[in-house]
Amino acid sequence: MRISLFITCLVDQLWPSVGASAVEVLRRAGCEVAFDERQTCCGQPAFNTGYRAEARRLARRFIEIFEEGGAEYVVSPSGSCTAMAHHFHELFADDEPWRRRAEALAARTYEFGAFLVKVLKVEDVGASFKGRVTWHDACHGLRDLGIKEEPRRLIRGVRGAEFVELPNADACCGFGGTFSVKYPEISVAILDHKIDAIEKAGVRAVVSGDASCLMQIGGRLTRNNSNVKAMHIAELLASRE
Amino acid sequence: MHQQTSETFDRNAREALADVQLRGALRNLATTFGGRRKEAIATVEDWEGLRERARAAKDETLAHLDRYLEQFAGNAERAGARIHWARDGAEACRIVLDLIRARGASKVVKSKSMATEEIHLNHALEAEGLAPVETDLGEWIIQLAHETPSHIVVPAIHKSKRQIAELFAEKVGIEPTDDVAVLTGAARRILRRNFAEAEVGISGVNFGVAETGTILILENEGNARLTTSLPRTHIAVMGIEKVIPRFTDLDVFLKLLPRSGTGQRLTAYQSLITGTKRRPEDEGPEELHIVLMDNGRSRMLAHPVTRQSLACIRCGACLNACPVYQQVGGHAYGSVYPGPIGAVITPQLSGLRQSAQLPYASSLCGACREVCPVKIDIPELLLHLRAEVTEGTAAGTAAQHGPVKRRPLERLAFGLYARAWSSPALYLLGARVARVLQRVVVRRGRIGKVGGLLAKLAPPLAAWTEWRDAPPLAPRTFREQWREENKGQNHPR
Repeated sequence: MRISLFITCLVDQLWPSVGASAVEVLRRAGCEVAFDERQTCCGQPAFNTGYRAEARRLARRFIEIFEEGGAEYVVSPSGSCTAMAHHFHELFADDEPWRRRAEALAARTYEFGAFLVKVLKVEDVGASFKGRVTWHDACHGLRDLGIKEEPRRLIRGVRGAEFVELPNADACCGFGGTFSVKYPEISVAILDHKIDAIEKAGVRAVVSGDASCLMQIGGRLTRNNSNVKAMHIAELLASRE
Repeated sequence: MHQQTSETFDRNAREALADVQLRGALRNLATTFGGRRKEAIATVEDWEGLRERARAAKDETLAHLDRYLEQFAGNAERAGARIHWARDGAEACRIVLDLIRARGASKVVKSKSMATEEIHLNHALEAEGLAPVETDLGEWIIQLAHETPSHIVVPAIHKSKRQIAELFAEKVGIEPTDDVAVLTGAARRILRRNFAEAEVGISGVNFGVAETGTILILENEGNARLTTSLPRTHIAVMGIEKVIPRFTDLDVFLKLLPRSGTGQRLTAYQSLITGTKRRPEDEGPEELHIVLMDNGRSRMLAHPVTRQSLACIRCGACLNACPVYQQVGGHAYGSVYPGPIGAVITPQLSGLRQSAQLPYASSLCGACREVCPVKIDIPELLLHLRAEVTEGTAAGTAAQHGPVKRRPLERLAFGLYARAWSSPALYLLGARVARVLQRVVVRRGRIGKVGGLLAKLAPPLAAWTEWRDAPPLAPRTFREQWREENKGQNHPR
């Protein structure tokens, strides 16, 4: 099975190790991973801030690139970027050909964890990580893509990891894209509600499928000199302690 | 409390976050209301099916609103009601005032109505020397405090018991007490007098049934029942979007609204009023006047995306679920409609110019969409309004209230981002340049608080790092690593 990796600009530039981990796990699960170096960004920041023309430009580029390459699926280590690809068709409401192309691509574009469980039917990728871990449901992955069970099953498949459910696992972390810097005080107030729960859970790591949430949660944890690590699900699954 | 407007949402929010009392009052809202809602929903077999049916009924209504309004008006009039059409809030206030004056009335009681809050009816009546008394306990509390409601369903939720006790002591002359029974007992005594003496009762309408001309009012305290049955004249103010096609549609909405709003299976009272009394010797008002109000709703109706805003049944569930509302409360929004639905309808009702911040006051988490009983896609609406803000299209709203303030630097930044990141070469070059520049701020593997000149040059970086560390750009991007590892191998060009 050949998949094309949609790395996302955040993972590409800030956490390339997450990308490497995702590739390793996908290969372990039997995939051939292709990476098209022409890719840049899905345009979500522009779309979410209201700059639709700019978003449309990046969307067209994305669709053109990922239509090629002969891969069966497009897989991404980001719920929000995958959701953006699923929303591309909204940018082409008045453009039937592009809308069709957007919908066709979206139908085979998956978030990393969801892909493993729903398409590859894999829940144990041979990972091991010692300690208590908890999961943060990133909003787009949860509510746009319906991803809830899959990551929990994957975490339960990690040898040595003790899964702890947060009481407010599905509460927003407060990132929200430019919201995090347009309304930083509100963003952090929402965040601290999540941080409190994470600290109370007494975990070694909080895991999520979205680098943006991890940037928000992790940034506050390190500012607080916390012992809790913010980890991407790909990193957890690639772990072999 | 000073009057907060939508224009100063950011400042209002900061003040709200520093208000310890308010934070305490709001903290319970999410858990209590959210918890009760979940329990109430569990008592229904097919909640999702109900939502679908409700939304379908609303869509059907909105697709033929003129027809259903005419049907409603005709049936209500045949049953003895008088129908009045108000283009906007000012006209609605004038109609109500004229009705009161024409009857030589001065004693007016009111039950809770967000539509009347929207048009500031009390102010309009008070300006003419009248003293309408709010009879819903929460509304009466904020009336005594000269405040606006901070929640669609529980208007005084921002007040603590102690604040209410102090308010009553000051305005009503009872001894300060924490005893809820004593406080409500005092309210009941005073409001009963008002009911007994009232000549006009003003109410809102939860649903207007086109098929029968019936209006339905839901409540828990009984004050709406008294307001609409004791005085000789009953005036009901109804937004035009409140009409629904058939009496049987009420079954669906009655299952959804109380559960969504307060976690009840049903409110304590449901008053179904069809016209006036059939025989003169019956009890009840002599006259029923229904004021059908537009006030910007037909403008919302016109656009296929914004039309769904009118499906709202004013349950307040989205407020309770919203992480932003949970932190800052309702007054920060500067509108009688706060929270997610408020962020969407306030700009449409009063113009994007004053309320351009509201569509951005959201992390787009989608919790609101999840709990909305009529499946309004609030995030879609927020994104639509954000596009209107940046593109200045604001069909209708810009024409009405003037253009939105431009943000040239932001526009420039996004334009550059789109152009540069349309080229993989420029994208990579940008990453390399940024990696060099960031050395100024990276210390021990992270970016801490950025201040001084750099903070002024890059406000987003300052805003982020005030409370959170920022990750540095990695020494090599994923693609650079990949290129090196796959040198000479066959991969898509």
